[in-house]
Amino acid sequence: MILPFYQALTEDVQALSAQVSAPAATALHDIRRKALERFTAIGLPSLKTEAWRYTNIQRYLKEFPYELLTTATPVSAAVAESKAIPELDCYRVVLVNGHLQADQSVLPEGKGITIGAMSAHTTAPGFAHFNQQPHLAGESLAQLNTALFADGLYIELAANTVLDKPIHIIHVYSATAHAFIQPRHLWVLNRSAAATIIESSVHPETATVAFANSVLETVVMENAELWHYNVQQGEESFREVHTTAAQQYKDSRYHHFNFTLPNTPFTRNNLSVALNGSHTETNLNGLYIANKHQHVDNHTFMDHIMPDCNSNELYKGVLLDDANGVFTGKILVHQEAQKTNAFQQNNNLLLGSKADINSQPQLEIYADDVKCSHGFTAGQFSEESMFYLRSRGIGEDAAKALMVNAFSHDITDAIKVPALQHHLQEQIAEIMNN
Amino acid sequence: MLTIKNLHAEVEGKKILKGINLEINKGEMHAIMGPNGSGKSSLASVLAGRDNYTVTEGEVWFNGKNLLDLAPEDRAREGVFLAFQYPVEIPGVSNLNFLKTALNEIRAYKGLPALEAREFLKLTKEKQQLVDFHSNLMNRSLNEGFSGGEKKRNEIFQLAMLDPQLAILDETDSGLDIDALRIVSNGVNKLRDAEKSFVVITHYQRLLEYIIPDFVHVLYNGRIIKTGTKELALELEERGYDWLKEELHLKESV
Repeated sequence: MILPFYQALTEDVQALSAQVSAPAATALHDIRRKALERFTAIGLPSLKTEAWRYTNIQRYLKEFPYELLTTATPVSAAVAESKAIPELDCYRVVLVNGHLQADQSVLPEGKGITIGAMSAHTTAPGFAHFNQQPHLAGESLAQLNTALFADGLYIELAANTVLDKPIHIIHVYSATAHAFIQPRHLWVLNRSAAATIIESSVHPETATVAFANSVLETVVMENAELWHYNVQQGEESFREVHTTAAQQYKDSRYHHFNFTLPNTPFTRNNLSVALNGSHTETNLNGLYIANKHQHVDNHTFMDHIMPDCNSNELYKGVLLDDANGVFTGKILVHQEAQKTNAFQQNNNLLLGSKADINSQPQLEIYADDVKCSHGFTAGQFSEESMFYLRSRGIGEDAAKALMVNAFSHDITDAIKVPALQHHLQEQIAEIMNN
Repeated sequence: MLTIKNLHAEVEGKKILKGINLEINKGEMHAIMGPNGSGKSSLASVLAGRDNYTVTEGEVWFNGKNLLDLAPEDRAREGVFLAFQYPVEIPGVSNLNFLKTALNEIRAYKGLPALEAREFLKLTKEKQQLVDFHSNLMNRSLNEGFSGGEKKRNEIFQLAMLDPQLAILDETDSGLDIDALRIVSNGVNKLRDAEKSFVVITHYQRLLEYIIPDFVHVLYNGRIIKTGTKELALELEERGYDWLKEELHLKESV
């Protein structure tokens, strides 16, 4: 279906309502209609929208005449294979434009494991969590996704189910014309379940541009643990707004790692965590290394609703050439959330002559017995360190690569999957050596 | 091997070196002494290529190459090594990875293949023993949390690994207790051979009891005002620098 998409978004949202697909009179249909209404009410973010002050999303939406694409045509297995992580022993899920490709996937099987297309699991017990994360309501692009998404990946682990290997999800985005693609995923880990999930994406075409507006909801129930790695190392012909909305319950642990590497020109990551239970642990780690004219915006929100929770957020950025970085770290501590520990740090290396970073912590604290802190740095390499390395025969480029690896080591060291850790360290060195 | 002719250098417009002349041949051990602020460390920095120094006059030739034309890394690859007075801490860069990178960059410059992991480890072990460097420091971040003595020993260990032709030791003895001084000096002595030359910059004669120099130069106000043998160092220890300064002023006023 060809649609002058930007025009529809701004001038004639009702034209989109024909795109809302779900069996009429089902709960999902109702949710979608409401989401479209909500999108209409909020409208597209502009530079006047507080959460989008440093990212002109409209500029990116207008950049190409995108068409809303809800289908997938078969893509060669080599495309997904190009994003395989060497030496990684894992399950693999390949999605094309959000649609599961069973023939290219190796899915985990066994008692307690449910994994498959979202469209096939709308009646699964865990689907009750769909669209429940409280922060989604305020995000117009997330509402747009809710209204119009075609498909995505549903994962549910029953209580006490522990995956023996990581799942590597490879999102393939493929289209013959400039396409706006909206996958939607829901992962539910029930009580004491545990999993490690790695995401990568790839857009093989170079003549057409794909813009993904993806939304993932993760629900980490009581005492469950999720290690979640998102590796954004995309193509120049790719653009992305990536929304991850997590909910945690009592005693649960959620470890989120986001890596944004070249060459996708525009990346916006919305990451929000709602703490619905106490005694939780949340680690949000981010590393962005951007070059050329890349614009990377990490927008994070830690919502401390319940008492006795710990969150730790560390985002580090290396901005080369003319790259632009944006970091927002909102921490909201509700009045009931006593004994909260919430820490946040954003450190940047500005290495390009026109590189810049806009960083803003937003701490709102309504409880009186909490420990919260935030910090921000932006700087260059220490000249003394550079001289020391060079005086040992190490050339300027190799010295910079060593220093960037050193700068990012507290993020990469925290990766619990050795093959992924090794892979990313190599990628970082390669980026710096080019 | 190294010829310094009438070297003048300044930093932020301030003249620091005011006409240094020095000739160093293969296998020689030169000590450079002098009071604080005389330009000793500046000379080391200029030779290693620290970029806040501007050479305004003079030449430095190293094995027939104009050293001043080379980037710091190329000076190192040609065989010049500076042991830092204050070695830098670089968190996140492991000592081992740092050395491997340095060694292989130098080898690549010379057209040699990178060392195999096994060869590298063998070499590392051998040199660790030679200069008495603890292997438990190897996997730590470069100099991070090292004691003063450990940092200086790491400099000597790097010297042993990189095997330069000319090693400049910039106040390597400062701040060392007597045990560390002995270990560092022993390391240097073991590395001495007929091909390698040393410039040992020091404020204290004490070091020269352990490392016996062939020549001692006194640097004062940016110039070498006296050259002698190891006995000169003893004389300086006993008499200080004032008599030299007086001698100099008498000469200059004539």
